[in-house]
Amino acid sequence: MTDSTVTDESEEEPKVRLTRAAADSRLRQILLSAAAPLGAFVFSLIASAIVLIAAGSNPIEAAKDMLDHASKLEVQVSMINRATPLYISGVAAAIGFKMNLFNIGVEGQYRMAAIFAAFVGGAVALPSVLHIALILITAMVVGGLWGGLAGVLYTHRGVNEVIGTIMLNGVALGVIAWLVRRWQAEGNIVQVGVGTEPIDESGLLPNLNFIPELFGDLRANEELTGMLVIAIVVGVVYYLLLNRTVFGYDLRASGLNPLAARAGGVPPRKMALAAMLMSGAVGGLVGMAEIFDKTRYDPNFVGFLGFNGIAVALLGRNNPAGIAVGALLWAFLDATSDILQVTQTAPKEIIDIMRGVILLTVVIGYEVVRRVRERTESARTAARLAEATS
Amino acid sequence: MTLAIELTGITKRFPGVVANDNVSLAVAPGEIHAVCGENGAGKSTLMKILFGMQSPDEGTMRIHGEEVRFSSPADAIERGIGMVHQHFMLAGQLTVLENVILGTEPVASLGRIDFKAAEAHLLEVGEAYGLDVDPHDLIETLEVGERQRVEIIKVLYRGAQILILDEPTAVLVPHEVDELFRNMRELKAAGETILFIDHKLEEVLQIADTITVLRQGRTVATVKPADVSTGDLAEMMVGSELPTPQTSRSTVTDKTALSIRGLTVLDEDDRPVLNDVSLEVHRGEVVGLAGVEGNGQTEFVGAIIGTEDVEAGSIRLLGEEIAHSTVRRRRNSGIGYVPQDRQEEGLLLFAPLWENAALGHQTRKPFANGRWFDRFGARERTEAIRSWFDVRTPDIEVTANSLSGGNQQKLIVGREMAAEPKVLIAAHPTRGIDIGAQAAVWDDIRAARADGMGTLLISADLEELIGLSDTIVVIHKGELTATLDPATITPRELGSYMTGSEQDDAETPDGPGPAAAPETATGPKSQGDPASGDAGEPQ
Ligand SMILES: Nc1ncnc2c1ncn2[C@@H]1O[C@H](COP(=O)(O)OP(=O)(O)OP(=O)(O)O)[C@@H](O)[C@H]1O
Ligand SMILES: [Mg+2]
Repeated sequence: MTDSTVTDESEEEPKVRLTRAAADSRLRQILLSAAAPLGAFVFSLIASAIVLIAAGSNPIEAAKDMLDHASKLEVQVSMINRATPLYISGVAAAIGFKMNLFNIGVEGQYRMAAIFAAFVGGAVALPSVLHIALILITAMVVGGLWGGLAGVLYTHRGVNEVIGTIMLNGVALGVIAWLVRRWQAEGNIVQVGVGTEPIDESGLLPNLNFIPELFGDLRANEELTGMLVIAIVVGVVYYLLLNRTVFGYDLRASGLNPLAARAGGVPPRKMALAAMLMSGAVGGLVGMAEIFDKTRYDPNFVGFLGFNGIAVALLGRNNPAGIAVGALLWAFLDATSDILQVTQTAPKEIIDIMRGVILLTVVIGYEVVRRVRERTESARTAARLAEATS
Repeated sequence: MTLAIELTGITKRFPGVVANDNVSLAVAPGEIHAVCGENGAGKSTLMKILFGMQSPDEGTMRIHGEEVRFSSPADAIERGIGMVHQHFMLAGQLTVLENVILGTEPVASLGRIDFKAAEAHLLEVGEAYGLDVDPHDLIETLEVGERQRVEIIKVLYRGAQILILDEPTAVLVPHEVDELFRNMRELKAAGETILFIDHKLEEVLQIADTITVLRQGRTVATVKPADVSTGDLAEMMVGSELPTPQTSRSTVTDKTALSIRGLTVLDEDDRPVLNDVSLEVHRGEVVGLAGVEGNGQTEFVGAIIGTEDVEAGSIRLLGEEIAHSTVRRRRNSGIGYVPQDRQEEGLLLFAPLWENAALGHQTRKPFANGRWFDRFGARERTEAIRSWFDVRTPDIEVTANSLSGGNQQKLIVGREMAAEPKVLIAAHPTRGIDIGAQAAVWDDIRAARADGMGTLLISADLEELIGLSDTIVVIHKGELTATLDPATITPRELGSYMTGSEQDDAETPDGPGPAAAPETATGPKSQGDPASGDAGEPQ
């Protein structure tokens, strides 16, 4: 058969090339992945420009104000300060997402963790490293327990994790209000309505001011949070755990196909519980930048970091680098929304519109990217095969 | 006469492969047209293009002489094309009627669903094509063959004149295949055009009017069944002669690999779905478990691998009690598992092949290094599986869902066999695999058997069950009702044991156990008998 010899040759050749092609296509894939969130951002710029024009504002002016503002060193520092807890929160949410668990409870977890960590930190005097470690570990343990509680409800009582975590968020707020009142009564809170006992200097994570100071002078009171280091560690550990360990494999397998994972020896309950514990433990770190900054838990403690973390995880597709991009984008919008208020070039609500548009378009963006990727790969296959047969 | 379907120059490329390469296909109206070819030859892709699920990169399609371009299945349905997928898409909790009208519910006044009209139409359709269904049966109570009939009716209900069936016989036992073919002939008589994919070449010769053979994405021949033999077809598919299957000699030993005693499993309502089952699988033995689907096989397998809770009884693997061990513990102590539904329990469809190759083995070498996942080892093993089991894929980084059905199956079988299990629980191991690869899988199982692997084989393919097994046990309504000798039984006879119609005679043919290993036959037999005694009357 003549045609069989032809096909045999043309089959051998491309195989070798395909593996090489697979390697150089990886870089392209990474670039393509970044395309979706950036594309969504650009689209949201256009959409909000249209809204601004319709509302009678000048979008160019507003954009100029935002960019001018963002080019200042102290604004950049504040952007990173805002991005840091968002990043940790995003990773916490992503751990749950990877297992198809929708952990809405980071909100409650980080608040519980923060108040307990602040309380413990304020109550002891220890050498610096131990003091800081104790505070961070307390935060992780409390966050983990709070997340684990939702996990137990899910695995042993069949309470849907969304419902469970939402309820636990409510319970957390109640518990915190009660604790604050009780500590006040016991005299543990120094000034009424101000917060927990301040943490001694020894318990405060050092700032990273030496980095921005390489580029210029910081204003007094301006600090780059030391939690940035913790956030980076969290990101690296998240990546390694998920992609390089058997545990991470089990976690992802359960998320991808629970039945197949179970037949493959992954205990579904244990994994769900572990995921909620870990998600909670990481979530416990979300509020620590604020605690170290203010030295105490006070009634004005920052909220919504948990919910924004979900958005950030979604933007970054649960990928450690992607979440960082998402967190920075969110922080940029945060930091620049202030300036719009000052300059009055645009209503600051435009930032919320942009966020909404980004979240909606990024989903579409990822799908477009997937198709483009498949299209180009197919075309390249055709080209290679044509080359091989000619 | 205008052709019902005329595809010309269809080309479809995927990353790394050309699934269809300038394929042409001509189907006359009112004929039964078979499409044959190896795994990955491009059959399903071609059907999906015809049904509007995928759009071709090149080529034209004509339906009844008119050029068409589909952007979704809705367009194809509009043109009178219907498709029954290999994986049924029915909602188990709904009735036949509800499933059939799902998505096209006739509306009466006030937006209510007009069930009366729907039922009348359904019965009309059933009558016209000689398809017998009860509109009020719950899907989950139906057998596989009946579910398939519902899928076909569903398509006809929507007015299809061209019917595409992707591997319809893969999940059926012989009498269901006969039933299906009877239905297909009636459909044909009523003017339907049928296009179907099948790996069993005798079936193809039996039912098809015309056969198109694909190889590596190209049409190699269109032939009439009268002009060819199964051997000719196979040769066209593969491009060379088929290897002759290994002749098998019994390798059954008297060492027990898997011993099951008094196994009872309950369903959600605490009724036994598996009642006091005892069975012994020896090292080097293949025990075939025959039965109509839904008689407790799934629970039996689940109890052995550990996904099903054991109410009573013991399961010993090489002497070690495992009835209450974790799945992981059991898999790690040497139980290999080929699940009956590869996509449901066997694969992570959206993970790369090398992660799929690790599933079930992820805590062991070469996939793990202590607690670390060994990507290098995993990739290496996957490459080995790929070449050893001839998994056709451009590379192992692609996700499992981009493999053709048969190649997905080969990957699973390869992953289990490569781990050298002591006991293999194989449910329909060659389902959807082409004949060449099927022979290879059988050879692999026989080779491992010779090395002492014990196998529990479940298969709807009775030829496979008889050909591969050293002993056959029959499961009926959760009990083992007969132990049979594959050397003397025919598929027909086995079929009647399975439906329970020959249950009472089960004890009579106790003449020779498995001819090759008489001493071992007493094992499963002596435990099989009391069970069959119990099962005889009450149900
Ligand atoms: N969605 C997809 N993405 C990438 N490649 C694909 C996709 N679908 C099919 N392919 C590739 O196209 C080729 C043909 O696949 P197809 O499913 O048509 O085979 P098949 O003839 O139906 O085989 P089988 O008998 O195993 O079902 C295979 O090499 C397969 O890997
Ligand atoms: Mg197929």
